Amino acid sequence: MNDTAADIVRQSLGRRRRKQTMLKAFGLGAILFAFLMLGILVASLVSSGYKAFTQTVITLEVLVDPEEIRADRLPRGGFDDVLAATLVSRIPQVDPEDRAQMKALEGLLSDGAQFQLRDLVVDDPALIGQVVEITVPLSDPYDQLAKGLIDPLTPEVNRRVKDDEIGYFRTLEEQGLIRQALNTWLLTNADSRFPELAGLKGALIGSAWALLICFAISFPLGIGAAIYLEEFAPRNRVSDFIEVNINNLAAVPSVVFGLLALAVFIGWFGLPRSAPLVGGMTLALMTMPTIIIATRAALKAVPPSIREAALGVGASKHQVVFGHVLPLAMPGILTGTIIGLAQALGETAPLLLIGMNAFITSAPDTPLDSATALPTQIFIWADSPERGFVSRTSAAILVLLTFLITMNAIAIFLRSRFERKW
Amino acid sequence: MVNGEALNMTHTDRIVAQDAPAAAGSKISAQDVNVWYGTAHAIKDVSVEIADKTVTAFIGPSGCGKSTFLRCLNRMNDTIDSAAVSGDIRIDGEDIYARDIDPVQLRAKVGMVFQKPNPFPKSIYDNVAYGPKIHGLARSKADLDEIVERSLRRAAIWDEVKDRLSAPGTGLSGGQQQRLCIARAVATAPEILLMDEPCSALDPIATSQVEELIDELRENYSVVIVTHSMQQAARVSQRTAFFHLGNLVEYADTPQIFTNPQDKRTESYITGRIG
Ligand SMILES: Nc1ncnc2c1ncn2[C@@H]1O[C@H](COP(=O)(O)OP(=O)(O)OP(=O)(O)O)[C@@H](O)[C@H]1O
Ligand SMILES: [Mg+2]
Repeated sequence: MNDTAADIVRQSLGRRRRKQTMLKAFGLGAILFAFLMLGILVASLVSSGYKAFTQTVITLEVLVDPEEIRADRLPRGGFDDVLAATLVSRIPQVDPEDRAQMKALEGLLSDGAQFQLRDLVVDDPALIGQVVEITVPLSDPYDQLAKGLIDPLTPEVNRRVKDDEIGYFRTLEEQGLIRQALNTWLLTNADSRFPELAGLKGALIGSAWALLICFAISFPLGIGAAIYLEEFAPRNRVSDFIEVNINNLAAVPSVVFGLLALAVFIGWFGLPRSAPLVGGMTLALMTMPTIIIATRAALKAVPPSIREAALGVGASKHQVVFGHVLPLAMPGILTGTIIGLAQALGETAPLLLIGMNAFITSAPDTPLDSATALPTQIFIWADSPERGFVSRTSAAILVLLTFLITMNAIAIFLRSRFERKW
Repeated sequence: MVNGEALNMTHTDRIVAQDAPAAAGSKISAQDVNVWYGTAHAIKDVSVEIADKTVTAFIGPSGCGKSTFLRCLNRMNDTIDSAAVSGDIRIDGEDIYARDIDPVQLRAKVGMVFQKPNPFPKSIYDNVAYGPKIHGLARSKADLDEIVERSLRRAAIWDEVKDRLSAPGTGLSGGQQQRLCIARAVATAPEILLMDEPCSALDPIATSQVEELIDELRENYSVVIVTHSMQQAARVSQRTAFFHLGNLVEYADTPQIFTNPQDKRTESYITGRIG
């Protein structure tokens, strides 16, 4: 009996459908796997980092003692003594004459507390002699204690906070002076040796400068190079050679770019070390091949019929490229650019080589000032022995990821604005 | 409607035509044209004279090189890396492959409707207005509006799109897109219009409207049309060229080709024996 074509098709339908189902399941599985991994990453970061988003603070009513602080000597003055006196008045078990006890007491507040008070008084010298209410962070060990990261049941010798000190803390706690506050210092302070004062402001601004400079250099140059190679360059040995080398450049380990930048930008050009300008230039070297490759792919994907149509009505090459091809390629170019910039944002090795891992306690005002970047800041904190930096490292990674997500969101927004229906 | 130069040109041509109606002079003159795509020899020693103010039809089986030859006339083959063109092609006596000829200028003068409709992914209005805009043919917005409307009317698509000029040109049906491309080509007022199967996706009504347009264009321009429809070639053209495997087999007045072909291959083709 002869099967008709329709019968043969019907027989193969089951097999074809099975293959389609398998393909779908595989794709779905891949996406689920990716999300699971992302979920695990974020969950682990959040679980170790969320405690860094709050900070234990104490609210004190401080008498700005005119004996210790005199208007004519500002900004100098015994601000630490004033604070200590306030604490003594709150903690009856401390003997003001006992130097060891007083020393322990001073370690309760963050080192930044006295500067906070000082700034307050310098801004308004009329406060001298008055009682001011001030909220200051506790130092890292007490912060850990408040967050339950230090177990009071471990033997005293193995504990960073001694029994007396726990006693002081509890006394203040019972008076309702201590609470957890949102750790805005994490974003508004630059780096510090003291975890409770350390923030990401310097790193955020450093990263923003570096990325801006990286974008300003690599985007126009990358697109220009890609347009030349794709639209104007003759196809010959030379252009093949250039193409191969651009692809190679994209695969060069980033450390090598750091060495290059160290030798050229800092060595020859005499640009300052640790500066976001140099960081941005270094990152631009790495981002450019990515942008070139993505732009060329996007330009290639524009159907030749569009070029022919424009050339056919007498458009010049430049009008074809800027009026038709580039707008159509823009979504692809932006995708490539954002991938390049995202890589640049997370890049650590070349920045270490140009000194962007220095310990810098103020945010940069210009791209020529010394600064860190987010990844190098994470690197520095991960390397720090203080316990308080453990959770802050995770928090910094979360900030980095947020930065990244914001960037991607902007890119998606821009891309959808450029996207056109065919 | 156009810049002064084009107007003058038309004017002088008209005088010449009156003086010597029989020998209107050839607008395009091609001698020994060869085209290679890499090693494939697509056009072999083709020589033709194409007269001004006439419609010339290119016919021949698929793949014989009609489009390739047509694309030589506005140097569209320049855009294909593998294509190499040799021979001598002159328009108004000027060698269009000469070094000092700018293809941009040439293509403003020699318009083209492509075999596959290729509207820009822009609005219908912008599709038509693009050519006049880049060449500076419109002095004002009203001018441009007028050019767009007239071009769309001539391409027999105005009534269908007049209410949605800002809709994307790519959202039209295949046949509408083809007419939009015709409107785009006539908007720049070219002296020569090359049309590669302009009616292949059109219904009989639109086809006859486009044929009317071609007839109208003939009064001022020279039109070269590639077609697979013998009837169309017979209806619209005065001269017909028959291509076969890259050769120009026969080139004569249209009635002669269809009633008294000299070459056996031409005869078999028009009677439907080879194709
Ligand atoms: N871009 C190209 N690259 C390589 N070969 C090509 C190219 N374009 C056309 N050819 C070849 O050149 C020959 C002539 O093609 P052409 O497009 O001119 O044919 P045609 O007569 O227009 O055919 P049709 O009637 O089907 O449109 C064909 O053999 C074709 O395969
Ligand atoms: Mg063709």
